[in-house]
Amino acid sequence: MSTETTTRPSADELTPDAAPAVEVRDLVKRYGRSTTPAVDGLSFAVRRGEVFGLLGPNGAGKTTTVGVLTTRVTKTSGLATVAGIDVATNPVGARAVLGVVPQRPNLDRSLDARGNLVWHAAYHGVPRAQRGRLADELLERMGLAEKAKTNPDELSGGQAQRLIIARGLMHDPQVLFLDEPSTGLDPQARLFVHDRVTELAASGVTVVLTTHDMDEAAKLADRVGIVDHGKLLALDTPSALVAALPGEATIDLTITGADVDVLAGRLGELRGVSSVEDLSGEAASATHLRVGCDGEAGAALPPVLAAVADAGAVVTQVELGEPTLEDVFIDLTGRGLR
Amino acid sequence: MSVPVKVGPGQGRAFLGVLGRDLAVTGKEFGSFISQVLMQPFFLLFVFGVVLGQLGYVTPGYAQLLLPGLLALNAFFVAVQATAIPLVIDFSYTKEIEDRLLAPLSTRLVAVEKIVFGASRGLFGSLVMIPVGYIVLDEVNWVLSGLPFAAVLLVLGSLSGGAAGLVLGTLVSPRKINVVFALVITPLLFTGSTQFPFLQLENLRWFQVICALNPITYVSEGLRGALTPAVPHLPGWLCLLALVASCLLLGAIGIQGFVRRALD
Repeated sequence: MSTETTTRPSADELTPDAAPAVEVRDLVKRYGRSTTPAVDGLSFAVRRGEVFGLLGPNGAGKTTTVGVLTTRVTKTSGLATVAGIDVATNPVGARAVLGVVPQRPNLDRSLDARGNLVWHAAYHGVPRAQRGRLADELLERMGLAEKAKTNPDELSGGQAQRLIIARGLMHDPQVLFLDEPSTGLDPQARLFVHDRVTELAASGVTVVLTTHDMDEAAKLADRVGIVDHGKLLALDTPSALVAALPGEATIDLTITGADVDVLAGRLGELRGVSSVEDLSGEAASATHLRVGCDGEAGAALPPVLAAVADAGAVVTQVELGEPTLEDVFIDLTGRGLR
Repeated sequence: MSVPVKVGPGQGRAFLGVLGRDLAVTGKEFGSFISQVLMQPFFLLFVFGVVLGQLGYVTPGYAQLLLPGLLALNAFFVAVQATAIPLVIDFSYTKEIEDRLLAPLSTRLVAVEKIVFGASRGLFGSLVMIPVGYIVLDEVNWVLSGLPFAAVLLVLGSLSGGAAGLVLGTLVSPRKINVVFALVITPLLFTGSTQFPFLQLENLRWFQVICALNPITYVSEGLRGALTPAVPHLPGWLCLLALVASCLLLGAIGIQGFVRRALD
């Protein structure tokens, strides 16, 4: 399997105009009698070999979008393709090139862990002679070699998730869809899953993951699409999304022994500083200043600290506040609970 | 799924893979499967064929009439259960079937696989009744030349049971499965002309009409025609026709229901 996945990117280079790994255009999905569509004119494209994150609050339409792409949900209108195959007109063809790691574990409990992998390969027409070797290889890679004969019921949440990922890879898919891959996992299991995703992307598999975990999206995804109410609100690399945020980086200083007004005046004249705010409470023993920066907080820090020292004050605490994907997310989707 | 999908060799392989999984799982649970299949018909045969016969409440020939009926009953019911019960659980709770729905196989063919699998269990369940009959009953007088036609009837009866199981499994919610089984299965059990010859119901016309709606009737009657022609029975061509019709009708409804449950 590893040999096949490593040769794939070079095959793509031969056809530069190869279809995107995933394309969604004006996709609409309206369930039954529901008046508001779950997906409402969504469009995006995922490049081959990319890790693409769909980020959004619960009920934003992420899972529905993945459902359409993985042929389990029928679209109302629009276009959805995987590896250039229209999932609506050729679901059978699409299923052959995509792998799915669903939100809810759906392992076959009539089979043991290894059986889940071997039979999955059988459904996908992997030659009999290769199934066992592939299954053993993937069990090993997912740290489940010891659990080959275990019933899925007896696996921990993290082990089950790893087995599901292994199953999704048994037929060597071109695109792997992971729906909330680390929900409910402990930190170790999360890290393990994250490492495997990074590894997969490096081997040329396109990964589409949905999450409402900002850190996960920022860490794993090359690009992130932020979705809410079935619509795409923003689409870019995590750093570009953060950079475009109308907010700013901040330096919070706790200082003693200075004339606050004089210091604030000097700080305000520094290059890279856009605002200075006195946050000290009435009864506070120390002074708290929040310095707003034009660029990165780290770049503005040395001149700010120098200015404080010049004023004869002592810094007791420094905190840098960089805007994160979470700020972007809240900025776009609001603070209201769903 | 409205677009017809060409069945290529790839889909054939996927179909065999999915069917192979079901058969392998049955093989692993063979002991419990066989006891499940044999228990009820064995006791029916023993009580009605042997006990009541020895007590003189039923005539000695009754067992001859009952055995083909029990073959028919098992073919249909084992198939219904093998298809319906796992589907109700799969679609509602475990979602275990999802991996097979994501196989490179049209959703309709996954539904057909469910019918074929249920039917193969039904067929097996009915065939094992033959040695049981020979062991439990003092004598079994079958016209052996009728066996090929009997086999065709059993295959059709099993397929129609598998299709009926697909209808039940996709229409019924798990909360209602107990009620439905009581309201549907029990009447089917006793209106399939299993325990009596259909044609002799002329004095119970309303009951005969109900029996005519039960596909099992045509398996029972056809088997009697083939194996024990001395017992009054419906003509073979009619049984064949009725079974093909029931396979097609139940199959169409069941596959439709399956696709509806499988796709959102």
